[in-house]
Amino acid sequence: MTEFFQSLSVPFQYDYMVRAMGVSALVGGVCGFLSPFVTLKGWSLMGDALSHAVVPGVVIAYIFGFPFTLGAFIAGLLATGAMAFIRAQSRIREDATIGIVFTSFFALGLVLISLFPSGVDLKTILYGNILAIADPDILQVVGISAVTLLVIGFKWRDLMLYCFDPNQARSLGLKAGALHVTLLALLAATCVAALQAVGAILVLAMLITPGATAYLLTDRFGTMMWLSAALGVATSLAGAYASYYINGATGGCIVTLQTLVFLAAFVFAPQHGMLASRRAIRAGGAVLSKINQPRVNANEL
Amino acid sequence: MTTDEVSLDVEGVSVVYPNGHQALSDASFRLGAGTICALVGVNGSGKSTLFKSIMGFVSPTSGRVRINGMPVKESLKKHLVAYVPQSEDVDWQFPVSVWDVVMMGRYGAMNFMRIPRAEDKQLVEESLRRVSMWEFRDRQIGELSGGQKKRVFLARALAQGGRVILLDEPFTGVDVKTEEAIIALLHELRKSGAIIFVSTHNLGSVPEFCDQVVLINRTVLAYGPTAEVFTAQNLAAAFGGVLREFQFERSTIQKHDGHTVTVLSDDERPLVFGKDGHLEYMDRGKHEELLRKRREEHD
Repeated sequence: MTEFFQSLSVPFQYDYMVRAMGVSALVGGVCGFLSPFVTLKGWSLMGDALSHAVVPGVVIAYIFGFPFTLGAFIAGLLATGAMAFIRAQSRIREDATIGIVFTSFFALGLVLISLFPSGVDLKTILYGNILAIADPDILQVVGISAVTLLVIGFKWRDLMLYCFDPNQARSLGLKAGALHVTLLALLAATCVAALQAVGAILVLAMLITPGATAYLLTDRFGTMMWLSAALGVATSLAGAYASYYINGATGGCIVTLQTLVFLAAFVFAPQHGMLASRRAIRAGGAVLSKINQPRVNANEL
Repeated sequence: MTTDEVSLDVEGVSVVYPNGHQALSDASFRLGAGTICALVGVNGSGKSTLFKSIMGFVSPTSGRVRINGMPVKESLKKHLVAYVPQSEDVDWQFPVSVWDVVMMGRYGAMNFMRIPRAEDKQLVEESLRRVSMWEFRDRQIGELSGGQKKRVFLARALAQGGRVILLDEPFTGVDVKTEEAIIALLHELRKSGAIIFVSTHNLGSVPEFCDQVVLINRTVLAYGPTAEVFTAQNLAAAFGGVLREFQFERSTIQKHDGHTVTVLSDDERPLVFGKDGHLEYMDRGKHEELLRKRREEHD
């Protein structure tokens, strides 16, 4: 028995595992807090775009040896700027615009990596490499996370109002434009942070799945935020932990776990799950048949 | 909440959108305190552009909007303008409760972190009670009926303490009872000196509760007291050929017993003109009296 518990604690004996689990949990939590805003605002595609658009920034940052956060953030801003510009100046629809911009940024990133193969590995960017994360990188992730959490902590109600009813935000004299940019910047920042943990391809899952899962479980925004964050932390911790035993890719383990939780909520959520809505339809049918019974005599009309 | 007299001045407002579309040109009118005014016009006549310029979402290419003599930006900072959106414009699946939505009306007056004070909570409760939605405060907004949804957003405008209240199609999807309750509330607000500006397609309801009308089609065609402005002639001008007109004297109805004509309408109240003006009233007695008064004025 004691052997069993000893084997459970093995990952904690390795410094790199402890750091991987810590960073994953932090990133999972931050993404979880932002996730409700992204899912409710309908910015899933935007998140996908940003997570790919930051790649050339990261590559350039590694080539020239400045912090990858800075490079990624600048690339993210350039991409959002390009999307806004194309949309304002042409008749191309938003989804097509997003598609064009993020694939061109991503392609540029691939070209740069193949031209300058020295500093950075393509696999690291695409799939993340949390087990080998360097101390300066951890510092950057912690910094981004702290700023993001602070902004959400102070301004979540304004951001929620902006997502729900931007016109009301404006008519109250709040700066809707500033809130829009804030939300975009937070999205870009968390993309950058999550890049380290799960890589560019799976960043979107960290930003969408916890929020979507929480949305199925509650009807209150505040609760949704905490649930989503808790899910993010728990799945990231457990995913990183499990990846030690099954010797699988950390990012893949985390996201697979998130998907499993989502599926459980999708089927079993007490109010908005598949089973619950089946029940509601059946119960509703019963009520309806009662209503449909004739109540008034036609002659009385 | 301010108790000062409010006023809304739209002075020669023109709006040209970046794509070159001229939505409004040289629109002018003035509303004083304590009025319910209808904004009537066809689709694309510039109703929503006019609303947007009063709320400061679009800035006029020329002309200006003044609220209490202040520019719009300044009046927004004082939370003077409240907006009740059209039901289609609201995400009813958003995870917020009735209480949350009404509390959003107080955000402008709250501190940096928007933590409600006792005063805010009290105002939210009062507003919810005024629209009889207090019992529903913990419901998610998607679980409400059409009329209840409308009342929640009306309560938000009340909680905000807006003195200029803009309503966009307040009666679509609303049952007759709620319509009456909303009208009663608007009357109360008018008494307290608020300006209530209602954009509506529901022509039949206009003479019921609006004391003034602004008729627009890319510009203000006419504005003033309902009895003077809301005439068959003016409406024909505002709607061009869009309005469906049904004249009884020319219809086959005349061949039936002319005394029992039934007009049915699925949602909107029909507008029926007789020789003395609008005929269809909720309260018959009041209508007879109104007609008598008009006749006396005329003689």
